[in-house]
Amino acid sequence: MANLKAIKKRIVSVKNTGQITKAMKMVSAAKLRRAQENVVAARPYAGKLGEVLERLAKSQESDPSPLMVKRDGGRALLVVVTSDRGLCGGFNANIIKAAERFIKGRSGEFKEITLLTLGRKGYEFLRNRHTVRKHHGDVFSTLSYPTAALVAREIIEGYLAEEYDEVFVLYNAFRSVMSQDITLEQLLPVVPKAVETEEQAVEYIYEPSKAALLDELLPKHIEVQLFKALLESVAAEHGARMTAMDSASKNAAEMIGKLTLIYNRARQAAITTELMEIISGAESIKG
Amino acid sequence: MAEKLKVELVTPYRKVLSEEADEITATGALGEFGVLPGHAPFLTSLKIGELSYKQNGQVHHLAVNWGYFEVEGDKVTVLVETAERADEIDLERAKAALGRAETQLKSLTPEDHNFRVYEAALERALIRVQVAGKAKL
Repeated sequence: MANLKAIKKRIVSVKNTGQITKAMKMVSAAKLRRAQENVVAARPYAGKLGEVLERLAKSQESDPSPLMVKRDGGRALLVVVTSDRGLCGGFNANIIKAAERFIKGRSGEFKEITLLTLGRKGYEFLRNRHTVRKHHGDVFSTLSYPTAALVAREIIEGYLAEEYDEVFVLYNAFRSVMSQDITLEQLLPVVPKAVETEEQAVEYIYEPSKAALLDELLPKHIEVQLFKALLESVAAEHGARMTAMDSASKNAAEMIGKLTLIYNRARQAAITTELMEIISGAESIKG
Repeated sequence: MAEKLKVELVTPYRKVLSEEADEITATGALGEFGVLPGHAPFLTSLKIGELSYKQNGQVHHLAVNWGYFEVEGDKVTVLVETAERADEIDLERAKAALGRAETQLKSLTPEDHNFRVYEAALERALIRVQVAGKAKL
């Protein structure tokens, strides 16, 4: 009999867990939609800014901006973008693994690799294993362009102060609800894409001057790139959580089914034994 | 020569405008300028200021924050950090911001680190009030 009660208790507890995961899935689905909209909304701005930058950089002749000059100091900064919260499948683990791979694989190329973490999960894991230069905890709860710009400006300042010579950003790009792409992008120095084939450079009128424009535009470009990476990461996080919670809910339902079967079997067995006892008791009185 | 300018105005949050216009004026790094169809390729940075475009004889106003303005052929691309149409501006809020910035500026000296911050805030608020005023005309 004690067994029956124990099974019943399990069923109730699994049911409760299933309800929570289901609710989390719904919340993530709603948040995902909003995050996705943000990603789509930010795309034209980032795209256009990239175009303008390319055109400017292409037709640039002398003394490039310090943000474009390649230095060979051999010190790299890796910006690791994870989430603040767990329960989203392999979302954070994948990024952390990729970061470790990067540190290991590129250690020959760079003599020093430091980290800047965005998101609590990555920081908690990496702080004891590698040099974390800086951690920004609260970017995701208030994710907006100014917050991203603030972080970006800090990165640029460090770069100009020659604390590191190259900057990479590692994040989960949103591909679909089911899948995220781990993406590694170089932030600094800025390498304009070399596509100078079809059109001859159109002569532009620049105001105030080409160099001044480029100087202003480059930091902006980095801000936007970081902002885009953060938006993508947020959308990917919600997608990952939704998938993880969906499969958790499914597992819970399956488990409830199995437990119910066991419960019913045990109940039937108990009834049969009871009946047998009554019948045999009655028989013995009769005889 | 193209008859109209195709204007696209985008911010990091959304595409604010995608319209055809007859004429555009904005405040560039070197002062206010106007663009008509057939303008030469042109690239400039924008200051905090007003951007207006004329469409079918009607003038629309927007308050924009720092950004870029590009003309290529009959295509005009404007990249700004924030942009608000005149009818979107919350006049009360803008006026409150104006007051705040003014009092802050009075208590600071130009050497102060925050002086520039409040100066920019003051400028933004002024432009907002100015643009919002035009919406009612």
